[in-house]
Amino acid sequence: MHNKTIAELAQGLRSKEFSSEELTRHYLERIERLDSNYNSFITITPEQAIAQAQAADQRLASGNQPILCGVPIAHKDIFCTDGIRTSCGSKMLDNFTPPYNATIVENYAAAGAVTLGKLNMDEFAMGSSNETSYYGPVKNPWDTNCVPGGSSGGSAAAVAAHLAPAATASDTGGSIRQPASLCGLTGLKPTYGRVSRWGMIAFASSLDQAGPLTRTAEDSAIMLGTMASFDSKDSTCLDQTVPDYTATLGDSLQGLRIGVPKEYFSEGLNPETASRVQDAIKEFERQGATVKEISLPHTHLAVPAYYVIAPAECSANLSRFDGVRYGYRCENPADLADLYKRSRSEAFGEEVQRRILVGAYALSAGYYDAYYRKAQQVRRLIKQDFVDAFNDIDVVMGPTATSPAFEFGAKSNDPVAMYLEDIYTIATNLAGLPGLSIPCGLVDNKPVGLQLIGNYFSEAKLLNAAHQYQLVTDYHQQSAPAID
Amino acid sequence: MDRSDIAKLAELARLQISNEHADEVAQSITDVLALVDQLQAANTEGVSPMAHPLDAVQRLRADVVTEPNQREAFQAQAPATDKGHYLVPKVID
Repeated sequence: MHNKTIAELAQGLRSKEFSSEELTRHYLERIERLDSNYNSFITITPEQAIAQAQAADQRLASGNQPILCGVPIAHKDIFCTDGIRTSCGSKMLDNFTPPYNATIVENYAAAGAVTLGKLNMDEFAMGSSNETSYYGPVKNPWDTNCVPGGSSGGSAAAVAAHLAPAATASDTGGSIRQPASLCGLTGLKPTYGRVSRWGMIAFASSLDQAGPLTRTAEDSAIMLGTMASFDSKDSTCLDQTVPDYTATLGDSLQGLRIGVPKEYFSEGLNPETASRVQDAIKEFERQGATVKEISLPHTHLAVPAYYVIAPAECSANLSRFDGVRYGYRCENPADLADLYKRSRSEAFGEEVQRRILVGAYALSAGYYDAYYRKAQQVRRLIKQDFVDAFNDIDVVMGPTATSPAFEFGAKSNDPVAMYLEDIYTIATNLAGLPGLSIPCGLVDNKPVGLQLIGNYFSEAKLLNAAHQYQLVTDYHQQSAPAID
Repeated sequence: MDRSDIAKLAELARLQISNEHADEVAQSITDVLALVDQLQAANTEGVSPMAHPLDAVQRLRADVVTEPNQREAFQAQAPATDKGHYLVPKVID
């Protein structure tokens, strides 16, 4: 059962090949037996999962139900879950049990999906290797000496190891797409505002967006259809109809106009990765697409702009953790200032503190114009590059990450080297555009991802292109070794 | 960035950076600022800052109560409460 896609599981549930309870118990048994190899789960919720599965079986018996009814999934531990500990990968929230569900958690529950548990992640989603988690690093199922990517490393490893058929994740600078690339998965970051951020613990509010990690584009379309909704509780959520993303998967790619940015094939890119990505683009040409080189001239400024804007927003967002209302509190504070400072310093990890300090600096008196305002201006230039490009192309294609998965410790002592890991994904967040990573081959027996970037609200087009590619290739069907 | 800059920033951010880590933190913040200083070379004359990718503006709603009182559920999360109040160390002598 664990080798089936969501689309196949939904079919199996309806044809009574297996029940949701059987399916859920099968996944729970796998997690119990295998996850010590990967550390992808922070919290497993077997009792709730079985109760949800039994309820789903009753719903399925009564007739027509949403496609995800009875399908087990797992949530990144950044999404608040009513009555289930939500840690965000931090000691700060190790004892936090939210009294409410995030909107996307609510959407999946309403559709009848079963929650297996909560997935490991970089602390407060700050990292590209899942090495900053308070709960320890996650291992890449393709090579357990290597990182799974981050920050959604637990989500990626769990799906790659077939411990869950799909997982929710979030992407502020590449945190869905880069782990998808490193773990051989399909990972979608939707348009900013497509998915509600309510109940998703905030890192950088103008960049954060939730999305799914799955094995196929078809599953991604199914997952996004339930995740996306207009939500009045998120003031930046946009009121746009949610299309049936599965309805257009079969469309022909004849005439699709692909732009390949020359800046995405610069000297930092592993030549073998570049070769796999070029081969994938040729496959789209064979299906009737046209390809031309384009320029996104401000690409080199994306990482610098991000490392002003994201830390500035993070320092503001994380000021709520004060040791008073919820979360960690230090022992025996001498006074209120000591309570604030020690609670925060004892509970935030090194990377989180670094970003808070950078953000505090960028926003401090006398520096605001030079850093934050300047970065927000550059952000508009980066967006304009894409707006100009989309005048005569439909999809941008290039690599997702510079190389396949790297070993633990390779970049963890050099923050700037780690930040450059997201060099091809960050511009998409700054511009608010949708981006998708799909597997396009192996380098040194480790997966490599092709990134597709579309215009605003063009998720259906990206998924259509990815699905057509997956119909004629089998990279998405290759599994990590020794997962059984 | 030196030790005194870090001390000032830590105060702004309500963080406590120990003396033994101050130099290391100063170096890593310096490295990050060197990265972001590449922004200064960009020509941004006449470019308006971008806050929302689609330049959306704040949505308004009618001023009516939409949330029920959940004080007990929220305070159950707090490290220390008493009679509906959050407790902190004594602030006034």
